[in-house]
Amino acid sequence: MVAVLSLTCLLCSAILGGAYALTKDPIDKAAADKTARSIALVVPEFDSVSEEKVATLDDKEYKYYEAVKDGQPVGYAIVSKAGGFGGDIVLMVGLDSAGVVCNTSVLSHSETPGLGAKCTSDEAFMAQWKGFDPSVKILSVKKDGGDVDAITASTITSRAYAKAVETAVEVFKSINGAAVDASTGASVKPMEETENEQ
Amino acid sequence: MSSKARLILDGFVKNNPTFVLLLGMCPTLATTTSAVNGLSMGLATLFVLVLSNMAISAIAPVVPDKVHIPVYIVVIATFVTLLQLLMQAYTPAVYETLGLFIPLIVVNCIVLGRAEAFASRNGVIASAADGIGVGLGFTLALTVLGAVREILGSGSIFGWKFISGDGMLAFVMAPGAFICLGYLMVLFNKYLKKE
Repeated sequence: MVAVLSLTCLLCSAILGGAYALTKDPIDKAAADKTARSIALVVPEFDSVSEEKVATLDDKEYKYYEAVKDGQPVGYAIVSKAGGFGGDIVLMVGLDSAGVVCNTSVLSHSETPGLGAKCTSDEAFMAQWKGFDPSVKILSVKKDGGDVDAITASTITSRAYAKAVETAVEVFKSINGAAVDASTGASVKPMEETENEQ
Repeated sequence: MSSKARLILDGFVKNNPTFVLLLGMCPTLATTTSAVNGLSMGLATLFVLVLSNMAISAIAPVVPDKVHIPVYIVVIATFVTLLQLLMQAYTPAVYETLGLFIPLIVVNCIVLGRAEAFASRNGVIASAADGIGVGLGFTLALTVLGAVREILGSGSIFGWKFISGDGMLAFVMAPGAFICLGYLMVLFNKYLKKE
């Protein structure tokens, strides 16, 4: 009795150990591909993306990636999250080097299908993030006096989405705080000019 | 009709796990928000069911009665974990949609039910046939339920949208799942089961 049970467990663990070893690389690759795709979706045109970096804001850690073009950082893809209606909404938020939102992409969510889940499909809602400038517009839904158009009947989801974007903007400021003040106009523009001449 | 084909057909119609035996209701209700989701869940369960049925029928004669449930569960869990790893590696998009419900196949009573009621008393080939039949029956039921909910709830079928805007959202959510399942069960039992 004990022998049969032990033998079964041993055999099963061996099979699973083998399967884990075989699938580990493809799984990591699938996850990396997914991250790479969301980064490409949310930041301006780039040549290469940095390794995952970690920024700390209010004792919380946020993962981010730096997009580089011609040796200059052109944008940041920041992973941030906020509690929505059905759980955390995890976003990849892309900002250019001036701190304007380029685009956003949902990494994971558990909102209600047909309502909050539209944050991944509602074109008007998704399009408003392209070029959203947090220094001019207010990052909260119109109901709360902000500039974000909420998804119909999904205010809580929209609020969480705006909150996550806001967090990403804060993270961006903390990563880039000193650098932006010193170099926004000075170092990025000459690069563009040289490019035009070529 | 050969006995193997009979077994498959029985699993499909007479012993249909969803509409007749009412087993595995949790994944049935939870994952059928669209036809594709239902189909993927059904196929995932089919995979586990066939393999676990075969493995269990092969080892059943040497497993002492006292520990047969733990042994079966370990075998089933192994196949489920295997499936989970494979899906994560090669079909990450499907894995993401089904996510939580893949590990839950372990406790799907259809799988353990067939192991107990059929695989432990029959040969490997017959058990495989039974697994295919019941698995296909489950897949069919989930796909039909998913399709009905998708048509009513989102106005689309297999992702192809035929109305603009929304359908009746209730059908995408839990109450719609119960309502659709109830009506499909009635239709199935009235028109198909008596054959």
